[in-house]
Amino acid sequence: MTNIIIGIFLLLGGFFALIAAIGVLRLPDVLTRMHASTKAGVLGSSLILIGGAIYLAETEVTARVVATILFLMLTSPIGAHMIGRASVRGLTQKHDKVEND
Amino acid sequence: MTSAAFLDLSIYASFIMVMLSLAIAFIRLAKGPTLADRVVALDMMTVTIIAVCGVVVVGTGEAALLDVALVLALVGFLATVALARFAERRDARQEESADD
Repeated sequence: MTNIIIGIFLLLGGFFALIAAIGVLRLPDVLTRMHASTKAGVLGSSLILIGGAIYLAETEVTARVVATILFLMLTSPIGAHMIGRASVRGLTQKHDKVEND
Repeated sequence: MTSAAFLDLSIYASFIMVMLSLAIAFIRLAKGPTLADRVVALDMMTVTIIAVCGVVVVGTGEAALLDVALVLALVGFLATVALARFAERRDARQEESADD
């Protein structure tokens, strides 16, 4: 039973990581790419790390996983905000569908 | 199918998916028209490598890779912030020199 739960966590995490990467490749400009990478990417790696914590089932490991996930969820909005602020000046000229994809 | 076989299969499948997403993010890193695109792709790759660490933890039972994941989360944030500040200041400097 535990194995099946771990496997489902891993598959979901890999699926979300793949969705995030496809979004980073296919979406038209920086802000939408950032939206894909920060949300779906963090969700995917968090799910995979939770799977690892269930697999090992030790207190230190779980604490480390919780620290990693908290840190990811705390810092990725800050990083995205900084990239967005840095790039928004260049985006005002061509926010329409990008021609040089 | 037994549950152990399902776990093995899902480890392989998620490893393939995560590696594929790493390769796709690298394509955006190589192509990305602006510096901000490249920073976003690099950030995405860091998060994906954290996911690779998680998959390898389940595959081998080696708990030390979780430390790698934690340190990578810390360092990746610093790299993103440093590159974003660099891009912002570079744009400001270019505008300043265009005004002169």
